[in-house]
Amino acid sequence: MLQEESDLSLIIAQIVQKLKGSNLYSQLERQAWASLQRPEIKLESLKEDIKEFFKISGWEKKLQNAVYSELSVFPLPSHPAAPPEHLKEPLVYMRKAQGSWEKRILKSLNSMCTELSIPLARKRPVGEQKELLNKWNEMGTDEPDLSLFRPVYAPKDFLEVLINLRNPNYENGDSLSFRTHLGLIQVPLKVKDIPELKECFVELGLNIGQLGIDDSTQVPPELFENEHVRIGQKVLAQQDSAAAQQYIRQGSPTALRAELWALILNISSQPEDVLYYEQLKTNVIQHDLLVDSLIYKDVKLTASNDDYYFVFEDYLYQVLLCFSRDTSVLSHFAFNSASPPKSYIRGKLGLEEYAVFYPPNGVIPFHGFSMYVAPLCFLYHEPSKLYQIFREMYVRFFFRLHSISSHPSGIVSLCLLFETLLQTYLPQLFYHLREIGAQPLRISFKWMVRAFSGYLATDQLLLLWDRILGYNSLEILAVLAAAVFAFRAVNLMEVTSLAAAEAVLADLSTLKVMPLLQIFLFATVT
Amino acid sequence: MSRVLVPCHVKGSVALQVGDVRTSQGRPGVLVIDVTFPSVAPFELQEITFKNYYTAFLSIRVRQYTSAHTPAKWVTCLRDYCLMPDPHSEEGAQEYVSLFKYQSPSVTFPKWLSHPVPCEQPALLREGLPDPSRVSSEVQQMWALTEMIRASHTSARIGRFDVSNRFLLLGLLCPEQIRPDGLLYFRWMAVMT
Repeated sequence: MLQEESDLSLIIAQIVQKLKGSNLYSQLERQAWASLQRPEIKLESLKEDIKEFFKISGWEKKLQNAVYSELSVFPLPSHPAAPPEHLKEPLVYMRKAQGSWEKRILKSLNSMCTELSIPLARKRPVGEQKELLNKWNEMGTDEPDLSLFRPVYAPKDFLEVLINLRNPNYENGDSLSFRTHLGLIQVPLKVKDIPELKECFVELGLNIGQLGIDDSTQVPPELFENEHVRIGQKVLAQQDSAAAQQYIRQGSPTALRAELWALILNISSQPEDVLYYEQLKTNVIQHDLLVDSLIYKDVKLTASNDDYYFVFEDYLYQVLLCFSRDTSVLSHFAFNSASPPKSYIRGKLGLEEYAVFYPPNGVIPFHGFSMYVAPLCFLYHEPSKLYQIFREMYVRFFFRLHSISSHPSGIVSLCLLFETLLQTYLPQLFYHLREIGAQPLRISFKWMVRAFSGYLATDQLLLLWDRILGYNSLEILAVLAAAVFAFRAVNLMEVTSLAAAEAVLADLSTLKVMPLLQIFLFATVT
Repeated sequence: MSRVLVPCHVKGSVALQVGDVRTSQGRPGVLVIDVTFPSVAPFELQEITFKNYYTAFLSIRVRQYTSAHTPAKWVTCLRDYCLMPDPHSEEGAQEYVSLFKYQSPSVTFPKWLSHPVPCEQPALLREGLPDPSRVSSEVQQMWALTEMIRASHTSARIGRFDVSNRFLLLGLLCPEQIRPDGLLYFRWMAVMT
């Protein structure tokens, strides 16, 4: 049909445009030039021969992976009449809510700044720079006085904002009717129900092998595990992103996980990437930002206190301090409902030529932000690779967990999905918890905002994040949250207060993620 | 073939309500917007672009003047075109929409909800059981009507069930309460009878 063809050509044009500026393009060009030396390339059939060469040498695969990556990350081109804000977030009231939330965060940051009389950014004196360079690999030993700093916001503050989100065109009245939501989220977003989730997560079904279930000690490895590992090695040998994404839906063997994630996220450590990271490191050495102290504080409060992650404290600083200075992150704001905070050079308030984004990457860390990086430290030990992986995970997934949007993987949809699943399939539990003043979302929100990092055991968390990558969606977080409630339903029915409910759900470290998900989706009698 | 914007005058939306009862309960689910073209010169309409604001289904009717002697007749171009797949949720609620009258090879924009040539489509009579979502939407309309009637406290016969079949079939749905002064931006638009 003519319409689909013109759709396709626009998408192709957009992807070509994006890739033209990339490293891969120049590499392909160089390869094409170099290939002219080869005997099999003939002038009469130049185009075909070069294409054939690319196919054999594996460059076509790299290009395929790059295209697949673009398709996964960037939204489809929109209507020409739609302004850029529409791509960030189509619903006007959500954009407004995000805007006011950002204003609040900035106000908080600015007031902390003026209270403590610390500049947002300053150049380090040479002596301090030398010192930091020497200490780069052991910044954790530093004990700066951070008592006056406080996190800009915590997940529970964000939850209050989400609870107060209202669609001005949606009247549900004050009295309880079939239209009021019984949970905390009151916006009518479309969320999937269990039949739709079953269709979506079909590879998690009961008759399909899973790592996390079918690799336990009681199950002989010949039944599933050995074959799965073999297929994984084949996928890696082929270097195909799309195949890896499909494969990882059944979980990734521990030995292959680091490479598989890098393949799916299309990260290959080129010398240019290492150089870029070194440049960011130089920026950290030369300039000190206020957000650095926030990062320090966050790491000290969360990751350093965690039994599993405290060993990676130094890595966390090395990644997060560089992350704050990485301006390439700014490009993701095109499809993020959030906008980077703008600051003006002193004395030039309002003049656009003197506007800068603060922090340079536009992302203000909140309490618990460092937990997004911590689990990755188990997989990657080389700082520049760890950094690239984290950055890609952030611009694909994590940013949706702390910005207000109507995207199906956005935190608002996840909250609504969680509440709807609980209400529909565990109505007694939901009603009971509501009656005792323990709205379930108040307990599960912090799990979802952190993508369960710091709550689950690390091997379970990595199995969960395998599925996030495999399905390119965060909906599994909401399903897991509901599954956890379902699992502990008997205990929860007996509690009589919010504190007691929180105590029942305080420790998730013994939970096995995949059986919970499988039972909730495929084995619960509705 | 160049394309130009056609100047048009968009009137405010008018709610279709049964009876004269004006009450805050039972908001009407059907709104009509008249669009007139001040220019007398004939033109060939190619594309309609607008931003939706919580309209679920759209019908477009055009009054065509063929010649000076025959009276102008109303032609339905689009009937119950779905803009929101689930009217009770936000999908499609504030999207930008383009409707094409003809499939034109010069069109290069993607992802448009295009619809073919205007023709009077006969109403489909479903056999067997009615569609449950349609039934529930009509029940809502009925509920709204009963609320209105109850609020008006009149003993006169309303003749509620004398509504014409045509009106019920068209069953336009707008989710929740659409304010008649809601922001329905159209450059060209829909007329319903």
